[in-house]
Amino acid sequence: MITIPAFSSLFLSGLYLFVAVAFILTLQGLTALHSAFRSNILGLLAMALCVGGTAVAFLPATLWPVLCVAALGAGVGAVIAKRVPMTALPQLMAAFHSLVGLAAVFIALSAFKAPFLFGLTEAWTALRALEVALGSFVGALTFTGSVVAFLKLEGRLAKGFALLSHKATLYASLVLAGVGLVLFLQAPELSSLLLLTFLGLFIGVALVMPIGGADMPVVVSMLNSYSGWAAVGIGFTLSQFLLVIVGALVGASGAILSYIMCKGMNRPFLKVLLGGAASAATQSKAAGQKAFKQGGADDAAFLLKNAQSVVIVPGYGMAVARAQHALKEVADLLKAEGVKVRFAIHPVAGRMPGHMNVLLAEAEINTDDVLELEDINADFTSTDVVLVIGANDITNPVARSDQSSPLYGMSILDVDKAKTVLFIKRSLGVGYAGVDNPLFYNDKTYMLLGDGKKMMEHIAKAVAA
Amino acid sequence: MSSFELLVVFILAGFVGYSIVWRITPALHSPLMAVTNAVSSIVIVGALMAFAHASVDVGWPYFCLLGALFCCMVNIVGGFWMTHRMLAMFRKTQKGER
Repeated sequence: MITIPAFSSLFLSGLYLFVAVAFILTLQGLTALHSAFRSNILGLLAMALCVGGTAVAFLPATLWPVLCVAALGAGVGAVIAKRVPMTALPQLMAAFHSLVGLAAVFIALSAFKAPFLFGLTEAWTALRALEVALGSFVGALTFTGSVVAFLKLEGRLAKGFALLSHKATLYASLVLAGVGLVLFLQAPELSSLLLLTFLGLFIGVALVMPIGGADMPVVVSMLNSYSGWAAVGIGFTLSQFLLVIVGALVGASGAILSYIMCKGMNRPFLKVLLGGAASAATQSKAAGQKAFKQGGADDAAFLLKNAQSVVIVPGYGMAVARAQHALKEVADLLKAEGVKVRFAIHPVAGRMPGHMNVLLAEAEINTDDVLELEDINADFTSTDVVLVIGANDITNPVARSDQSSPLYGMSILDVDKAKTVLFIKRSLGVGYAGVDNPLFYNDKTYMLLGDGKKMMEHIAKAVAA
Repeated sequence: MSSFELLVVFILAGFVGYSIVWRITPALHSPLMAVTNAVSSIVIVGALMAFAHASVDVGWPYFCLLGALFCCMVNIVGGFWMTHRMLAMFRKTQKGER
């Protein structure tokens, strides 16, 4: 049989170079809304070319199992992508990340056991052993970490994993992994690679288990990053520059998103990673006694209708209640009345980066009306009514004033500077950070307690009446 | 390519990614994540290369490779399609009122 050594084939190298450039352009296209749609198609075409070209150059020895499995995978992917609602996007991303991790583990283990299949030699030098170990370890960690993140986002994780969420367990397994790595580098045996992989699986669980709630955007971005680093590890193992380039792009992207999310929450990355939520839940009890003004849909409709300028602040609660379409209805009705309606997005609103933007786009809300924190924050002083739906911490003025608060220093949407604030919430409870929001008890605030979607529908009816 | 050359490629690609991703509009951070996820399935290249010589005789690595192929295909089709769905929504809102 004629073999094509990976890099003597000019055709493949040229194709891979083209694919790498196409993927860079795909990311570049996302810098503007008008070019984003086309750039995704470019990415898909490049991927199809890459898969097709590789399959032709390395024609499978036995074709049918490969074809069947590939078709099955494509079918499953298509069904998932077609059926999953946009509100389930964060957990879908987590699930997809787990697949990249699992694939990396599979390939790393195969490459170690049967290097000849990949045109590699059997001589596992320390350097090559390190490469394959990293690919397998990071892949394993991405896999289980993403599975845990998926279960958490689905709300399916039973409590009772206290042991795994203990920091000491994590540190101990990290040390163990370090020792395992040294052993593996000295004597590259399959058993020690498997041990390292199992430790990776365990560490993935231990890493994500204690993190939850509003810290989820960081976790999802972090796993996105890890899936890239896993691809880099495989790229080094197989000496494939394309995998290294693409992995580096993905890794950098996920790392930057993690950084942006941490900055949005004003929490150092390591603290998010190891800490879980700041536990200040004790403050909430006394707060429940304070007086607040409760409003109804009719009051809200009256206020909104008679305002000149309205800003709507969506949060995770909007996603849970699936209130985006009702929100759009109210916005349209108000616009018809001549009210200026805009939407303000905080970087960490929701459970993944850009979560709110996607949901608003799903409801066909014009992207020109959707503004990021830095673009809208100065306008709150001239805003008549702010409608906050399912958000709390990102509007808490304590972040500006109270140095002792865990929220202090976080950049918030300055909704307290508007003339009137309406909060749609299920209850008066504290947000994820466990900090009471003094804005709830302010004179200019009305609390609309109830389900976000139903409340918006009532408001829409009252506005239309 | 030697490991050192790959390291050079890795670092330069990292810089390219860094400089592009910072310029990506925050509204598209979810599609960014979806598309980077789809793209990271590029590890499928590794599995495909191996199938040229792999058969059931190789033992468990063969099934590992089939597993990797499955995962990557789900991810490629699902990831790009999901991104497509999202971006189509964004495009609709852009066109709708212009």
